[in-house]
Amino acid sequence: MSELLTGWTSPDRALALPVTVAIPLLGIAALLLVRRNPNAREAASLLSGVALVVAVLGLWPVAGDDLRFELWTWLPGLSLEFALEPLGLLFATVAAVLWPVTTVFAAGYLRADGEHAQTRFFSFFALTIAAAMWIALSGNLVTLFIGYEIMTLATWPLVAHKGGADARRGARTYLVVLLTTSVGLLLPAIVWTWLLAGSTEFRPGGLLTGHAGTGVLTVLFALYLFGIGKAALMPVHRWLPAAMVAPTPVSALLHAVAVVKAGVFTVLKVAVYVFGLDTLGESGASRPVMWVAAFTVLAAAVVALRSDNLKRRLAYSTVSQLAYIVLAATLARDVALAGGALHMVTHAVGKITLFLCAGAIYVTAKKTKVSELDGLGRAMPWTFGAFLVATVSIVGLPPAGGMWSKWLLLLGTVDAEQFVMLAVLLVGSVLSLGYLMPITVRAFFRPPHGPLTHGEAHPAIAGPLTLTALGCVALFFAADAVLAPLTGILELP
Amino acid sequence: MTAHLPVLQVLVPLVCAPFCVLLRSRTAAWLLFLFAALASLTCAVLLAVRVGGDGAQRYEMGGWPAPAGIEFVVGAFNTPVLLVVSAVAVVVAVYSRRSVTSEVDARRVPLLYTCLCLTLAGLLGLTVTGDVFNAFVFLEISSLSTYALVAMGRHRRALLASFRYLVIGTVGATFLLIGIGLAYAVTGTLNMSDLARRVADLGDDGGGNRALYAAVVFVFVGLAVKIAVFPLHAWLPGAYAQAPSAIGAFLSATSTKVAIYVFCRFAFTVFGTTLVFGTMPIDRIGLALACLAMVAGSAVACFQTDLKYLLAWSSIAQIGYILAGISLATTAGVSAGYLHVINHAVLKAALFCAAGLLVLRLGSARFTALAGLGRRMPWTFAAVVIAGLGLVGVPPTAGFASKWALLTALVDQGQWAVVAAVLASSLLAMVYIGRIVEVAWFREPAEPGTGPTASKAPASMVAAIWVLVLASVYFGLDATWPAGLADAAADALLANGGE
Repeated sequence: MSELLTGWTSPDRALALPVTVAIPLLGIAALLLVRRNPNAREAASLLSGVALVVAVLGLWPVAGDDLRFELWTWLPGLSLEFALEPLGLLFATVAAVLWPVTTVFAAGYLRADGEHAQTRFFSFFALTIAAAMWIALSGNLVTLFIGYEIMTLATWPLVAHKGGADARRGARTYLVVLLTTSVGLLLPAIVWTWLLAGSTEFRPGGLLTGHAGTGVLTVLFALYLFGIGKAALMPVHRWLPAAMVAPTPVSALLHAVAVVKAGVFTVLKVAVYVFGLDTLGESGASRPVMWVAAFTVLAAAVVALRSDNLKRRLAYSTVSQLAYIVLAATLARDVALAGGALHMVTHAVGKITLFLCAGAIYVTAKKTKVSELDGLGRAMPWTFGAFLVATVSIVGLPPAGGMWSKWLLLLGTVDAEQFVMLAVLLVGSVLSLGYLMPITVRAFFRPPHGPLTHGEAHPAIAGPLTLTALGCVALFFAADAVLAPLTGILELP
Repeated sequence: MTAHLPVLQVLVPLVCAPFCVLLRSRTAAWLLFLFAALASLTCAVLLAVRVGGDGAQRYEMGGWPAPAGIEFVVGAFNTPVLLVVSAVAVVVAVYSRRSVTSEVDARRVPLLYTCLCLTLAGLLGLTVTGDVFNAFVFLEISSLSTYALVAMGRHRRALLASFRYLVIGTVGATFLLIGIGLAYAVTGTLNMSDLARRVADLGDDGGGNRALYAAVVFVFVGLAVKIAVFPLHAWLPGAYAQAPSAIGAFLSATSTKVAIYVFCRFAFTVFGTTLVFGTMPIDRIGLALACLAMVAGSAVACFQTDLKYLLAWSSIAQIGYILAGISLATTAGVSAGYLHVINHAVLKAALFCAAGLLVLRLGSARFTALAGLGRRMPWTFAAVVIAGLGLVGVPPTAGFASKWALLTALVDQGQWAVVAAVLASSLLAMVYIGRIVEVAWFREPAEPGTGPTASKAPASMVAAIWVLVLASVYFGLDATWPAGLADAAADALLANGGE
């Protein structure tokens, strides 16, 4: 035991890294053991969630200590290993903190909706979180790729959960797009990187620096960014709206936080540690993709503006906001990248709130369309209040965390002297105001279509979403603390 | 005793074969085959250890020294094949007891095990022999017994499949024989190392000797038939799908693999790398055919409605991967080919075994019979899906390790077209495995009356399936052991002095 404690976060032992990945897996074992009793089962999920939060928060003090843990040698010359670095810590924290919150919500949601196969649901949910931890802590590209693919496969049963024709079609699109891009583009990119650099390790300053010319870098960068389908850059974004057939807790945690953030996290990580921001900036290898990201920001926002289905609108909003982060990576400036990393956090908290609200509206009022929400705010003030706070954060207004991430992104465009991109980001924010604000306006200021027969959502549902809404505000004041570990790898003003 | 290991592992199954017929008892025959397989595996393991320690082992048959006598050679280049063949034989032996009883007429069971012993002896002999004519003899021993095995399938269509395999296989064997004859005419020797020396003496390009070129062509076309290289694959789907399930599992994991090994042996250590891949365009032809096999095999597999046929067509595609690696004629490429020989043998044996279990419990492996049974037979279908993901090459399965190795070798040589074919084939594999998942979990059962008949799956069959599935996952998580074997094999073959 004492050995475990001393080796926990020491730079050479770093047992905390594999344990962090193992906690959700132990949670699966626990919840399978008590699967006959739904309350005990959810308690097992929740407990492992809390344990995971404690474990991940315990990593914050040692963020700069370069922890490394080698799992085992996979092929001669290639080992699977975990390593702790600031970006991964941010991603792990976001996924870990939001997991128990969503577990409470999911328990309330699935019971209110009378869903089948709840044990399977919670098991694969935990497996996805384990995959997220694996991705966040992976120390080289091969390890990351393995976690990336496990995550795709682990989320598939969740997307197909309802089992009907719609769910089957959505799940098929989901799997085909994600596997096609990862196997067809990302894997060759990783193999190519390995051959060029002789390693797949994430190296500060860029693994490929000095190993490839501009042409090769440009092609490779495009391979990576389209290969990381989870980042939902157009035209490989199709899986995200397709995944909306899943139950809302899945959309909330996985398709606003874990899965899509695994995508943009990989993008940021590739930009910083594989290409190196200096190399990327000097060679201009990221220019072509920058325009694709800019197009995605605007096009997805326009689609969101025109969608009446609430979850579809939120899905396209996610596509648009993810492109902000991808754009940050392509700008190849330290400030922009910090903005992207912060946006990864603030957007996660904001978007999960929006999805949780959508779920609360669905189970309480059975409404799925924006046009049906008139007047609901009077019956569900907490839900729509939280929706408003999250809207403010996504758009990037004070007093919510989203303001700081957008601010840093704008500074990044100025720093990179990309004034067109500056305009794109501003227009994107105005559009996001356009597709999110009318929802709360309708709910609070329009008279209801008929008499309201329901009140506020069940506390197990309304509680978590209030909590995450408070999180959006808290991030406004805590943005510096969130960015603190990043100062180790980026030069911030 | 240990000096006789190379011959013992061939001899034990060969001697067991007649006893299987003579004893006329199903149990005795099964025990004999199990014994033969275990003995071969023991020999293979001991040999692998000795090869790892002291290098290649040579054995002179009857004490007659080579090149006049026949010699057996065991080196790093064939120990992986010996291990795969004998290990799969053991697993199939455990699996076959219940599977064969349910599918084959009781009177024929001893005969089946006789043929199985002979096939095993033939395949192992083909792997260890250091004499080209002896290789032909062992090839015929294994082929003839395989024709008989395929013919024992449940349906009358098995006879047609067997006959088709017989005709095509015989043509292939004849080609091989003609090639060997021509090589003998040019060099005057049949011993492999001696042949290699005399071919090398002729000069880099074989001295412009047309008979030698013809020999190379005949040998490779003959072996291509046995490997089932697209478009010489026509015998394979019927033979694998119509044979009794245990036989399908055994053949899919071993027979083409051994033929691939013989291909490597001839190319790298008999005719020589420069002659085969430099002077003659076998590498380019191999890569082109591999691409065709990968794409066409996977594409056809997507349209099958019977699990066994689907698996058989997928084998044709997977053989393409192996051929692509070997055709590169680089250490990395050959190593990738060997790695996939090991991984694919494990994966495909697991899948055919699972298909056999479905046949036992449902009476058929057609999709209409499997519809909606994912929930009622979760373990069997889980095995199918896990091994199936290995065929797609998704991490963390064994297929990912071999695909990684193959892609690395291909990118290193700048073969981008082949890279594209490999990726296209993987995506098609995703489609056909996805179809199985959809049939099993999302389709409604055809009629309410259908479903698993036998109350429980036999433990021996389940154990065999899961041993293979877990092995495939293990080889995906930690590929150092198979990759180490493959690397050693590739080094030995390309160093040309590996013997």
